Formats: sequence, structure tokens, C-alpha cells
Amino acid sequence: MATGALGIHGVSKVYDPDGARVLAVDNCTLDIAAGEFCVVVGPSGCGKTTLLNAAAGFHDITAGEITLDGRVICSPRHTQPPGAERIVVFQNGALFPWMTVQDNVAYGPVVQGKLSNAEARRQGDELLRELGLAGVGDRYPADLSSGMRRRVEIARALINDPKVLLLDEPFRAMDALTKGVAQEFLLQAYDRMPKTVFFITHDLEEALFLADRVVVMTTRPCRVKEILTVDFERPRSFRVRASRRYLELKTAVFDAVHEEATRAFEAGERELA
Amino acid sequence: MTASINLRKLRKRLFSKTTFRGAVAITLVFAGWELGSRFKMPILGSIPPPSDVLSVLHRITADGRFWHHWLASFQRIFMGFIAAQLVGIPLGLAMAMSLATRRFLFPILEILRPIPPLAWVPTAIIFWPTTESSIAFVIFLGAFFTVVLNVIGGARSIDQRYVRAALSLGSRRRDIFWKIVLPATLPSIFIGMAVGMGITWEVVVAAEMIAGKSGLGYFTWASYVGGNYPQIIVGMLSIGIAGYVSSGLIRAVGKIATPWQRPL
Repeated sequence: MATGALGIHGVSKVYDPDGARVLAVDNCTLDIAAGEFCVVVGPSGCGKTTLLNAAAGFHDITAGEITLDGRVICSPRHTQPPGAERIVVFQNGALFPWMTVQDNVAYGPVVQGKLSNAEARRQGDELLRELGLAGVGDRYPADLSSGMRRRVEIARALINDPKVLLLDEPFRAMDALTKGVAQEFLLQAYDRMPKTVFFITHDLEEALFLADRVVVMTTRPCRVKEILTVDFERPRSFRVRASRRYLELKTAVFDAVHEEATRAFEAGERELA
Repeated sequence: MTASINLRKLRKRLFSKTTFRGAVAITLVFAGWELGSRFKMPILGSIPPPSDVLSVLHRITADGRFWHHWLASFQRIFMGFIAAQLVGIPLGLAMAMSLATRRFLFPILEILRPIPPLAWVPTAIIFWPTTESSIAFVIFLGAFFTVVLNVIGGARSIDQRYVRAALSLGSRRRDIFWKIVLPATLPSIFIGMAVGMGITWEVVVAAEMIAGKSGLGYFTWASYVGGNYPQIIVGMLSIGIAGYVSSGLIRAVGKIATPWQRPL
């Protein structure tokens, strides 16, 4: 519980520095405590994903540094390659279609050489059972519903006991009911094994339901606009959505995001004109 | 248990509407052909009717030499085809994985590719010691380019999400190749094989007509030279069926090798 503090300090990212110079992230600072569930919201294309990809080790940054437990993992001089301490779950899902659910879940420990194939499968089955996903192990991802696939993908991340989970709009494009179930699943998993979570979404209800803190980003270039502390007790049930406090928080976060969304929209108009 | 289920499936397929329509279409074609040929209609009148073809077929299938031609063509096909896979698949993968290899080899490949395999026949006969090996070489070329291009295309169009997810889960470079790139490319490899197999049959028949002493292409050409017209048709149909069986075989292997793929 004590590890996994993610520090984002003065991070900037310029795409194409020699040409068009698109400033995606501008001097962004955010400290996420070990074991904190941090949800980042902001207008589309604002640079949230750029931040997440840098933390994952998929690309470098132009200024500042990203640290994990105080150790620099990303700076202009050095980007630590991706690894199992920071596992990413992608927007459209990335379960390997050619592997069964069991092999998908066992994949991490096996390639890292931590567990034998048989042992990884055994532990994977156990984890799937714990997370209420028993009996899907020998199926291929294509045979599962989108909600089920996403849950399996979260299990595939958790089996590695990562320090940080990087979730990039994992429940996007799900219908409201499936999404609700998937969110509850994620919360249950989080309560069972708390990890530092960096979660990106557009869905404000989702943000409030899941987060310890909701971070509202500005429109491009991406900067921290406002941080709201969501003080509902855990474990949470969907009932928090009916509370007065929820409504207050929702209003506050909606105001902040709406302002940025409007600016993003107007900026878009200008670009078109 | 499984056997009985398969039997039921088979029966279902055998008596389905689709099978029925296919059977009707084939029957109509043969009936039209028979009538057109018997009543000396234009074009069709110069082709022997299917009844004559059938009687020749009946006689000829009892003759071992006919099956020898089948065997000869199949042997050449599989030698050239398998050689093309053995060289083409690794080469394609290497070119997909490494930019340097691609830059180095792609221009050569692109210059050689437009040359039709049959244009290689004279050089092949000069270079290779036996006719058999020159035919095998030409067949190899027929399948080779298709295979290489399909493998490159397949391996390069892998969704980067899978590679990133695999990296994020702690993969080493060789895991990315063996566990991500290779399986993700398998469907394209099998498509390349199926297309390559079609080209291979075209090539083998033509090569046998030019240079062969056996095989279905030779058989068809020899029937023409000998003036046995129904036998030409037998040769043509044999080639059609042989090609169909070969691609069916590849589809079957592909289905076993890529069990996650849903039929279209």
C-alpha cells in the first residue's frame, strides 16, 4: 500500500518540435499518492492521454519529470521503457484475440519469467474466480461481451501486482448498464487490492463514482485547472449517486469542465474558420 | 458424442437450401452444355458434350497413367509451394520487423515481382539442371511474392495497442515477436497461402504444357495434340477439382491454426 506514488512535475510535451510545434501538455503538475484513485477529466484531445502515455513509458516528454516513488521514470533525457509496474488498460481494449482468457491473464507473469506457465494459469484462474469471472478461462475474447472483456483485461493487469494502473477511458463506448457493472467491478477489485490508479474519462458521473480526487484539466495545452476531493466512504455502492453531496460535487465538476469544453469548442470553431 | 454431433451437422449441411441451390446450378450448367453441344449451337457445338466426357472419364480413371498425372502435378505444387512458404514467411516477417531489411530488399522485390512466373521459364530451364527442378522453381516464384507481400502487410498492420499492451505487461523483444506479431499475422499468412495456391496451379499447368512430360497440364495439352477433345475437358475439370481441393486443404489448416478467428 505504501508504494506507487506517481509524481507529475512541471511536465510539458511538444509534438513535432521542429515543425508545427503543437503544445499538448503545458507545465502540468499533479501528485498522486500511493493507493489513490485519481480520475482525470477534460475536453477531448486536451492532452490527458499524452500524459498517461508518458507515464506508461510509450513516449518522452519535452520538459519536467514523472516520478514513481520518487524515482524518475520519464524526463526529457530519459524514458524508462514500459513495464509491468505500470500497466495500461486501453480505450478500446487490448486483450490478445489469439489467446484464450486464461492465457491472456497468465501472459504477464509468464513473459516476465516470474511464474511457470502452469502456475501462472493456476493463479490466473484463482484471480478470475475471486473477481467473479469463473468459467470463462478457456474462451477467446471474441466470445465475450464487451463488459466481460474489459473485466478480464483488468484482471490481466492486476495479476502482475502493478504499482500503478493506467486506465485510458476503459469503459468508453459501453452502454449505461454494462458500464455501471464494469465500474462496480473495478471498485470491488480496487477495494480488494488497492493500487494507485490514474484513470482518464469524459464521463463526470463515472469520475465521481470512482475517484478519491477528480482532476479537471484545461483544454489544450493541458494543465491542471481544478482538483476536487470526493469524500465518499469506501466500499462504495451506486447509492452514493443519490446523495446530496454527490449533487454538490457534480455541479462543481460540471461547472469546471463545461467552461473548458466551451473553450475547446470555440477553439475548434476558430481552427475551422 | 462428438461424432454424432458432427454427423448431424453434416446431414444438416447436406440437405440445406444452400447445397440444394448449388446442386441445381451445377445440374443446369451441365444440362445446358449437353443440349448446346448435341444440337450444334454456336460455340458450344464445337465442344464435346458432357456425356462423352463422362464416358471418357469412366474409361480413363481405370487407367493408372491418368492418376500418375494427378500425382505429378500435386508433387510439383507441394514442393514449390512449401519452398515458397519456407523462404517467404521468414523473409516477410524479417522485412516487417526491421526497417533496414525492408529498405534493403524491397526494391529488388518490387522489380522482380511484376515479371510473370512464366516469363521465368526459359531462364529456369537454362539455369536448373533438370526440367523438374526448373518447373518447381517457376512454381516457387508463383507463390513466393504473394506470400511475402501478405506477410509484410499482415505484420505491419498489427494494431499498435496489442504491442503496447504487451510491452506494458513486461514483454521482451522476442515475446513481442513470438507471442504477438506472429499470431497476429497468421490470418494474413493463410490468406497469402490461399491466393498463392491459386497462382501456383495456374503456373504449374502452363509450365507443364511448355516443358513437362507429365502432370495435368501436360495431360490436357497432349489430349489436344492427340485430338482427343473429351479428354481435354477431363483434364480441365481435373485441374479445377485439384485446385479446389488444394485451397480447401489450406483453409482447413488455417482454421485449425487460428481457432480464435470467427468465420466470416
